[in-house]
Amino acid sequence: MIEFWVVLTGILVGITCGIAGVFLILRRMSMIADAISHTVLFGIVMAYIITQTLNGFWMLIGAAAAGILTAYLVQLLHSSGIQEDAAIGVVFTSLFAAGVLLITLFAGNVHLDVEHILMGEIAFVPWDRWTFLSITLPKAVWMLLLVLIINIGFLLLFFKEMKLTTFDPVYAASIGVPVLFLHYGFMTSISFTTVAAFDSVGAILVVAMLIGPAATSYLISKSIKQMFIYSMAFGAAAAVIGYYLAKFWDTSIAGMMATIVGVLFVMTLISQKIIERRRKALVSKFEV
Amino acid sequence: MLSGNLLWVLSGTMLLGIAAGITGTFSFLQKQSLVGDAAAHAALPGIALAFLLTGQKELPILMLGAGITSALSVYCIQWIVSFSKLKADAAIGLVLTVFFGIGVVFLTVVNRSPLGNQSGLNNFIFGKAATMTKADLMWLFISATIIILVSLLLYKEWKLLIFDPVYAKGIGLPIEALKATLTVLIVMTIVTGIQAVGVILMSALLIIPAASAKLWTKKLSSMLVLSATIGGISGITGTFISAMRTGLSTGPIIVLVAAAIFFISYFISPSGQISKYRRKMQFRKQGELG
Repeated sequence: MIEFWVVLTGILVGITCGIAGVFLILRRMSMIADAISHTVLFGIVMAYIITQTLNGFWMLIGAAAAGILTAYLVQLLHSSGIQEDAAIGVVFTSLFAAGVLLITLFAGNVHLDVEHILMGEIAFVPWDRWTFLSITLPKAVWMLLLVLIINIGFLLLFFKEMKLTTFDPVYAASIGVPVLFLHYGFMTSISFTTVAAFDSVGAILVVAMLIGPAATSYLISKSIKQMFIYSMAFGAAAAVIGYYLAKFWDTSIAGMMATIVGVLFVMTLISQKIIERRRKALVSKFEV
Repeated sequence: MLSGNLLWVLSGTMLLGIAAGITGTFSFLQKQSLVGDAAAHAALPGIALAFLLTGQKELPILMLGAGITSALSVYCIQWIVSFSKLKADAAIGLVLTVFFGIGVVFLTVVNRSPLGNQSGLNNFIFGKAATMTKADLMWLFISATIIILVSLLLYKEWKLLIFDPVYAKGIGLPIEALKATLTVLIVMTIVTGIQAVGVILMSALLIIPAASAKLWTKKLSSMLVLSATIGGISGITGTFISAMRTGLSTGPIIVLVAAAIFFISYFISPSGQISKYRRKMQFRKQGELG
């Protein structure tokens, strides 16, 4: 039963991140997601310092605020003439450093240690339960379900608009689609995703789940819908395979899941290239 | 207060800041700042693997391991970008997290082995300059000096490579070799800094001084001097502050000092916000008069 909850949490992380990752790849914002995953730490620590509790709800609020702040600061620096990669680098490293410092200064004794936030400990998920509507589920599962619903809701509401602002932002702006609103709304949902997943796979490795499955599915998909489906499948598969391999070698579950994300990507890329080459060889045979 | 060892550590981190300021400027101008971030994260599996394979925590061995995996990560990014339809940002993010994930896997194995418990490899995540021994500092001095000297030696060639690669190729400069040397030096800077600053924040030392210097000047030579100065000041001040209180990691404080310098530059430098605002007001006044 315990194993079931851990695997279920992993699959939920894979699916939630897989969905959120598709537009990240298409909008070329992977590194902003990486930045947010670092700065979420700052938001969580601030939430703890202000409320003095480790309440999941306030953490979610703090993390979302930090995520929006990151996106805003990057935008601000970029628009005042600093090249984008440097803007991202400056913002996230400073906020992350501030988060680490605040933890060591104010929150050293609580459960909020840096390594936990970075690497997560999915193995402890089943013991921290929460009852809502007389259903008892692990807290992480509740959080992930909530964020999954938020993400799906956001996509269902704004799918057309997101597509348009992604592929033709100028046209979208000219016909009155709220480009900026969508940008920050999307960034908020990325922050929510990060904080929901951080408890189980850690804030840094959540980026592997956000970028990896979506990048892998980008290689082989022919439409956005296909990309969503493959991305969720790759995410869930990486979670399950990663869990059992980690158990087998008695090592970090989150680390192993990220490793499998990479393995799946490399395997897909190579097999795609082999198929392409065969097809080319076949075509050239007919031409002769 | 200023014990002999602290003085050594201070000069070590200062030299590290200078070296990072110089190589960081070149990588900044090549728009490779985030590649440096990935390379720094990718040092983690190398450190853990080097320890697992040799069972020693001698710094040169760990540095060698870190250097190999960091260089490999840079190569992977280039391979993905040229070999698939993924864009650079996705390639960097993917390589960064996967390498870091592999690092965490190995690090957990190290921590669970009886030998690894006291290895202190975890210090490499956020850096602990205070734990550096004389021998460690020796390595830091040597490698930082090499970085600074090689950068000065190749200054002209790199300048041409960055601002006019076509012309550089035309006059017969070995472009690919020069690029590779720059990558090697950046990896070397990262490897040199991981013990003091840690793998996660090492990239900040490459990015922030260079970005701050760019706000003050447009000339490469003065940008290099300024960036090196800012890096050096951040290194020395950060280490000093973190030495005042036990339990503080060096990395975050060095980065925060650098960030403070950036923040100030962002407002008061010639291309900064305050002078921009002034110019705007002046224009408006002229408009009203005319």
